[in-house]
Amino acid sequence: MTDPIIRTIGLGKEVPLESGRLAILNEVFLEVKAGESLAILGASGSGKSTLLGLLAGLDVPTRGQVYWNGQEIFALDEDARAALRGRLAGFVFQSFHLLPALTAWENVMLPLELTKVPDARQRAREILERVGLAERLNHYPRQLSGGEQQRVAVARAFVTRPAILFADEPTGNLDETTGARVIDLLFDLNREQGTTLILVTHDPALAGRCQRRLLLQGGRLGGDP
Amino acid sequence: MRLALRLLWREWRAGEIRVLLAALVVAVAAVTTVSFFTDRVQRALARQANELIAADAVLVSDHPPSPEAARRALALGLRVATTATFPSMVVAGDRIQLGEIKAVSSGYPLRGRLRLSAGVEGEVAHGPKPGTVWVDGRLLRQLDLQVGGRVGVGARQFVVAAVLEREPDRAADFFSIGPRLMLHEDDLPATGLVTEGSRVTYRLLVAGSPQAVEAWRRAMAALLERGQRLEGVADARPEIRTALERAQRYLGLSALVAAVLAGVAVALATRRFVERHLDGCAVMRCLGAGQRRIFGLYVTQFALLGVMGGVGGGLIGVIAQEALVRLAVAQLQMDLPPPGGWPLLEGMGISLVLVLAFGALPLARLSQVPTLRVIRRELAPPTGLGLAGSLLGAAALAALFVSKAGELRLGFHVAAGLAGVLIAAWLAALALVWSLGPLRRKARGVVFYGLTQIQRRQQTSRLSIMAYSLGLMALFLLTLVRGDLLASWQKRLPPDAPNRFLINVQPDQVEPVRDFLLRAGLAAPEFHPMVRGRLMAINDRPVSARDYEDERSRRLVEREFNLSWARAPRADNRLVAGRFWGRETAPPQWSVEEGIAQRLGIRLGDRLRFDVAGQLIEAPVTSLRHVDWDSMRVNFFVIGTPQMLRDQPTSYISSFHLPVGGEAVLDALVRAYPNITVIDVAAILREVRAIMERVAQTVEFVFVFTLLAGLVVLYAAVLATRDERVYEAAVMRALGARRRQLLLAQAMEFAVIGALAGLLGAGGAAAVGSLLATRFFDLPLQLSPALWLAGIVAGSLGMIITGSLATRRVLDTPPLAVLRG
Repeated sequence: MTDPIIRTIGLGKEVPLESGRLAILNEVFLEVKAGESLAILGASGSGKSTLLGLLAGLDVPTRGQVYWNGQEIFALDEDARAALRGRLAGFVFQSFHLLPALTAWENVMLPLELTKVPDARQRAREILERVGLAERLNHYPRQLSGGEQQRVAVARAFVTRPAILFADEPTGNLDETTGARVIDLLFDLNREQGTTLILVTHDPALAGRCQRRLLLQGGRLGGDP
Repeated sequence: MRLALRLLWREWRAGEIRVLLAALVVAVAAVTTVSFFTDRVQRALARQANELIAADAVLVSDHPPSPEAARRALALGLRVATTATFPSMVVAGDRIQLGEIKAVSSGYPLRGRLRLSAGVEGEVAHGPKPGTVWVDGRLLRQLDLQVGGRVGVGARQFVVAAVLEREPDRAADFFSIGPRLMLHEDDLPATGLVTEGSRVTYRLLVAGSPQAVEAWRRAMAALLERGQRLEGVADARPEIRTALERAQRYLGLSALVAAVLAGVAVALATRRFVERHLDGCAVMRCLGAGQRRIFGLYVTQFALLGVMGGVGGGLIGVIAQEALVRLAVAQLQMDLPPPGGWPLLEGMGISLVLVLAFGALPLARLSQVPTLRVIRRELAPPTGLGLAGSLLGAAALAALFVSKAGELRLGFHVAAGLAGVLIAAWLAALALVWSLGPLRRKARGVVFYGLTQIQRRQQTSRLSIMAYSLGLMALFLLTLVRGDLLASWQKRLPPDAPNRFLINVQPDQVEPVRDFLLRAGLAAPEFHPMVRGRLMAINDRPVSARDYEDERSRRLVEREFNLSWARAPRADNRLVAGRFWGRETAPPQWSVEEGIAQRLGIRLGDRLRFDVAGQLIEAPVTSLRHVDWDSMRVNFFVIGTPQMLRDQPTSYISSFHLPVGGEAVLDALVRAYPNITVIDVAAILREVRAIMERVAQTVEFVFVFTLLAGLVVLYAAVLATRDERVYEAAVMRALGARRRQLLLAQAMEFAVIGALAGLLGAGGAAAVGSLLATRFFDLPLQLSPALWLAGIVAGSLGMIITGSLATRRVLDTPPLAVLRG
């Protein structure tokens, strides 16, 4: 059996409140195999975005550990974690988070430039063509529709050929038809590149496309809903 | 570096850094334009002042200077001329008159021009040809001579070729006694007047590049022989020196204000930049960029931006100052030297300092943005760094002040004044926002929304008030200094300031001379007793020129002091330490001028011993006085009690104002009292007044420019809140607000912010202005109460106009476009 690409041990997150401390996540034990697609479902406020943030190393847990390929990521400092993310991870967000000052092409080039990958332009162009935006290379985010912006975000996420892709409500800001096209794209690229896909959603249709689904309730992870 | 450059280019193309760059360019353009202009004007003023000695530096000697001095000057590429002056009788027919002979070489004058009338008209830059002389109109009248007539000087006869109206370095011969006769140096030996033991003052004049002049001065300082001294313009006349110093301080101050405005603009624009890039940086961190990487990327971008701002602003500065010069030069009536390269370098340096000092720490905020912001937008980095950035920026500005003011104390005071306003503005803004609460609850309609905006945007409101009050303070300060301070300064030399001195008036001549002048219709002059004495000892310690480092002190100690006695100090003398005796019968004591006391190390209570005509007189110093040397009135370094000095050999000195055309009175006076010497300082006065007028005009130009720069920076400041306003206007319009309502609400907000900032700015300007006036410009300052009212009104109006201009597009953006994005 292959080692899990992501593993958590007793992951927990609390936030201080005036009246004490509020536990958002409790004792989360999770293993994700390489190439697997996993959906984390839950209602608003269930803690699923917090869990995604911790799995991706974007936030620091109150207790517990997260391992990527056997490496404890919170043993690293923030800069080392950033470097690890640059090497292994890709992201797709609900609100796209394209840089407004950059064209579609440059937005996709950016992660390659940050990690000093050669022929960034060529690779960015290829993947934009792959997501059907060959005609939109030099458009700014504000000149693109919501669906197009999310396709640019998907292209940006996959251009580095990440081992793990984190997606936070990737269709949350899109209408049903556009959302469906983006989901198709996401899973096609996931399959082509053998990426491990971890996504957070409250959309059952999207979750249904994943190999495995987990339900987060009251900060605790349950089995397949 | 390459990535930073690429990112910068992308930011530029997308319009993200245009505001920041524009603010920087405007700021640098303001600083460099002012710098270029003031640098050129200062050099022109210095050169103009140099005309007062007809050179850049002069070696004065009581014997012919060795050829070595001229040889060194020529070797340094300097131009050289010589003069020799001495009193001698001038003969025409049966009339004889004492004249002040000046023999000049061919190169004379090196700076400035001579003005002639009758025979030759107009200004010339050379002396008379051999065989001819130019003479003072007074001498012609006294000798009953016409141009074309012949005069005898010593053994030689000359033709009078012209009347000498003005010579540039007449002021240098302050104590020349008789009217001038100028001849060519080649004719001097034939007169037979210069022999061993003649009392001739020789001057070696040099002029050229400031570096070469300085090098020559340094070299000569080591070679000075007994009876020789070096003079630059600063040494020539104290009133010129103070005029120049004030001019430089004022112009430097104008440049400081531009630097403050620059800092404010950059701080505001950086804040906007950081706010707009928080999301992007969170994404970049997700994509693998570490904190240091992000910080490095943005700092490099800002440094590049600083270079761009320096180059762009510098180029605009070059063009703007040229335009300013063209506009100004007709009114300034002076030839400005070509611009130097230093202001460009300075502009670049200031651009980098501003952008990095104000930018670096706020940019560090970008690198600290929580990565989780990609999921939770509300997460923001701590704001402490932004505040620290403002402090660092303020410190950098303070350093700029000191370097710009060229003087630690002045720079420090201006900086402290500005810091005081900042803190006051911050506290006042806090109080305002707090006090708006009850007011807002009672308000209705647009007033309610206007006040709500201020209260809701507390931090932005406070920041706007701070920035705006700082700009206003700078502008008010300039208005104050330009108006009140300059007026006070010019008032020092009223049109009827004394222009003639009478010296060597004997005690029994005082009353007859006073009557004579009164009969001639002149105001009764004051006569002051004068006793000559040599300073022998301070507290029993013998005084020697060797004890003093600087040349000026040595000269003071070597020559005799003009001592005087008085019952009470003159009205324009101010007591700075101790008490003045105020009685005729007071026991022996001295009152010393504070400047010379400091120079010679004399303190209150020290005992000074003077040798007066062979008699030693010793007394303690019981008071120190401040004297206005530029009042052109008779003043003394050391005054003693009447009883102590009254019986010593005394002559009297007086100064009075002679109206134009009154020369005949003086001629009659000198004929009646041949021993009295009349010293004409009208020419000096004219020079001083001309310099003052030019400074005032220059200052007005610089003022207009700084005012414009201030308005542009204010525009940038309001622009910094534009994004927020666009969004709010869209929401309110979607909810049914009418355009007029939004405009009024916004105007209300601007008016309140502007009024408070105006009030604060006026307060700060009044405080700093008074400080500057009393501590540095040494002038009394009368502040108009209208300043406060003007502050409030001008602050409100300025803010409404500028704010409305900067946000005019806010209501033009369709609400949907804003709300979708």
